[in-house]
Amino acid sequence: MRFVDEFRDADKAHALAAKIAALCEPGREYKLMEVCGGHTHTIYKHGLEDYLPEQITLVHGPGCPVCVIPMGRVDDAMALASHPDVIMTSFGDMMRVPGSNGSFFDAKARGTDIRMVYSPLDSLKIARQNPDKQVVFMAIGFETTAPSTAMTVLRAAGEGLTNFSIFCNHVTIIPAIKAILDSPDLRLDGFIGPGHVSAVIGCRPYDFIARDYGKPVVVAGFEPLDILQSIYMLMLQLSRGESTVENQYTRVVPWDGNAVALRAIGQTMELRPYFEWRGLGFISHSALKVRDEYSGFDAETVFSVPGVRVADPKACQCGEVLKGVLKPWECKVFGTACTPETPIGTCMVSPEGACAAYYNYGRLTRQRVKEASRS
Amino acid sequence: MCLGIPGEVIDFLPDQPDLARVDVSGVRRVINVGLLAEEEVVPGDWVLIHVGFALSKIDEAEAAAALEFLAGIGQAYEDELAALAESRIE
Amino acid sequence: MTAGQVQHTGAGDNAQSAGWVREALREHDEQPGEAGRFPRLGSPQPLPGTVREELVLERIDRARRARPRVKEERITMSHGAGGKATQTLIEAVFLDAFRNPLLEPLEDAARLQVGGARLALTTDSYVVSPLFFPGGDIGDLAVNGTVNDLSMAGAVPLYLTAGFILEEGFPVADLARIAASMQAAARRAGVQVVTGDTKVVEKGKADGCYINTAGVGVIEHNVNLGVAQARPGDVILVSGPIGDHGVTIMLARGELDIEADLSSDTAPLNGLVADLLAATTGVRALRDATRGGVATILNEIAKAAAVGVLASEDDIPVRAEVRGASELLGIDPMYVACEGRLVAVVSPEDADAALAALRAHPQGSQAAIIGAVTAEPPGIVQLKTAFGGTRIVDLLVGDPLPRIC
Repeated sequence: MRFVDEFRDADKAHALAAKIAALCEPGREYKLMEVCGGHTHTIYKHGLEDYLPEQITLVHGPGCPVCVIPMGRVDDAMALASHPDVIMTSFGDMMRVPGSNGSFFDAKARGTDIRMVYSPLDSLKIARQNPDKQVVFMAIGFETTAPSTAMTVLRAAGEGLTNFSIFCNHVTIIPAIKAILDSPDLRLDGFIGPGHVSAVIGCRPYDFIARDYGKPVVVAGFEPLDILQSIYMLMLQLSRGESTVENQYTRVVPWDGNAVALRAIGQTMELRPYFEWRGLGFISHSALKVRDEYSGFDAETVFSVPGVRVADPKACQCGEVLKGVLKPWECKVFGTACTPETPIGTCMVSPEGACAAYYNYGRLTRQRVKEASRS
Repeated sequence: MCLGIPGEVIDFLPDQPDLARVDVSGVRRVINVGLLAEEEVVPGDWVLIHVGFALSKIDEAEAAAALEFLAGIGQAYEDELAALAESRIE
Repeated sequence: MTAGQVQHTGAGDNAQSAGWVREALREHDEQPGEAGRFPRLGSPQPLPGTVREELVLERIDRARRARPRVKEERITMSHGAGGKATQTLIEAVFLDAFRNPLLEPLEDAARLQVGGARLALTTDSYVVSPLFFPGGDIGDLAVNGTVNDLSMAGAVPLYLTAGFILEEGFPVADLARIAASMQAAARRAGVQVVTGDTKVVEKGKADGCYINTAGVGVIEHNVNLGVAQARPGDVILVSGPIGDHGVTIMLARGELDIEADLSSDTAPLNGLVADLLAATTGVRALRDATRGGVATILNEIAKAAAVGVLASEDDIPVRAEVRGASELLGIDPMYVACEGRLVAVVSPEDADAALAALRAHPQGSQAAIIGAVTAEPPGIVQLKTAFGGTRIVDLLVGDPLPRIC
């Protein structure tokens, strides 16, 4: 596969790994955060951490836009879906996220009409094919996905559809990064920047991280060599005491982002004053809602949603895990009350969340470290 | 949210300049190229596909440059290893 | 609550957490046994980090070894996906209810001693949608699937039953077409459908047509196949490219609007198995990779024999289109169903002969060695990625749903 296989070439990985190791100051620990869930997925899928020296720890950030959605909003989505006239449409990622009364999956089992789609355009198609039903699209994702939702709303408006709306849960990445940077116990040295979000917003929005917080940022692609190269670029900056924003993913990310995409978002959506993120709390101007001019396509206007807040229990320590302060196993409920099958907080809801990943893979890492130290 | 895959543009749908058929390793799907309205997209171009939309055009020159850099590092590494192997002092 | 209004009660309020969460916390607070043996985590004198981490990992391992329990009140699609939920359901409900030594191995077919003969007996139900797809239809699956389960036991498949559950309104022409497929498949496999049943249910149930087939065969060779017999050093082979059937079906449903030149790999494997067993006595186990895919079988081997499995991603054959569709949708071909592929565990001395035998047969022309059985770590399947790193291939949680993230 072109533009994919070349960036999965193991031979070049050894070279990069050697260079990365050479840049590590003896005795110094490095914590680098990859913000984006897609990066976490690549890291696990290809076993990337095997290439990194012990001194470098990758901290998995809040980059799962599904998992940061508060349970109350999931309950709202379920309430929408349970309207007899509604066909709820959603990406696959959302299907297993539990609310107070089960997930979309469980609701399907009870007979609710919930259909998985690959694209919001598929949802539009279902609306055209079912004029007597109301089709709701569960809109999730960061700025990567928001333009697609926006274009779909514009298309629906252009066609004069009256039975299509979106339940908008798009979130924006910068406020989340800022929330992590502002925490007093921050332990991070640099950021692997989200590649596809940046294809939309460009690289400038990360300037404040390098300038005001002194942490280097490298916008990275999603193949293993992309991530390794980005780590190399970060280590190079750290070794030189630099902090700037760099773009490793130049084949896809334009420095200024995608103006058409940003305009589509701006035309159909606006920032909510605040939005709750699981694990990080209420963050201002961190999520999108449908603009009044398009309120006919806003499921929250067309229908009523309960809007009841469901808090994470006090025992949940996701916030600290997200910031790299606590390791997953240091959370008091890890592995007991909180497991991948019964996830209490965001870090366990996502299969790539730090806790879920550690639950599934951590044992092996310990084993191999033990064996390595024995041999 | 992050899952984007490169695909090659095969052709455009007649009467629908916004819609193009793309090929990903022999698999074909119609996607919306409206987000690339300010760029020229022609059959043979490669685009990044995310949830049925083209998010960005893949800059083949940049891709080549990236691979060259990686190859360079790889070569330097090979050379170093070779030098190391040759310079054993036993 | 008026439309569009959201109740925000502020960050520091007493908003309730979900009922099931409170319940889970309470359940674990009351957990006996730990208090005396290990100091509670977070106690005033914290233990050194490595010790604490070990305790947590041990606790997780204990929980995993605990008696399986189905926590859900209702069946979900996960229970049918062939992964963790399916296994738990089988163990907690069926094994628990029917418990007997013949059932416990939970192999594809039961091995029975009847009079002087060794028989294999199996059953499967077919609920595929759509009923007709590139490469075959539900009838092909119904015959080939059961023939294959018998073949995996080393049996020569002989006779099948065919039970139909038909939906009111289902076209008779379609039923005739399915029956014709079944007859053609049966002839190809050398079996006969000797008895059956027909039921009709109201419109809205049975998705057109559901089929159950049971099969019986005779185990002629002096073989005792079973995944529990895998030993460290054994070699693991697959008979051809994986994921063809599952991806074909996903695309054939039409919801994803994706076109590809793919067809189901549904085929009877008894000829292939006969050749394999004639060529070598070193075959320890055979499994056909149906729902849950190759990954599920590797996990079944690891669990049943308490061994490790180390597979190599580079060596696993996958068609380009299956790879393309999987990348596009964000699914992993290792978990995608096949309907005409087998996984074989073979002793190391006989691996080459086994591979040659598979490759000599049209259905095994792309057979490959994909990995080996290891002593450690027991119960765990590892995959050496094409990139050179290693990751764990766990049992599937839920369906392999397309991701965007």
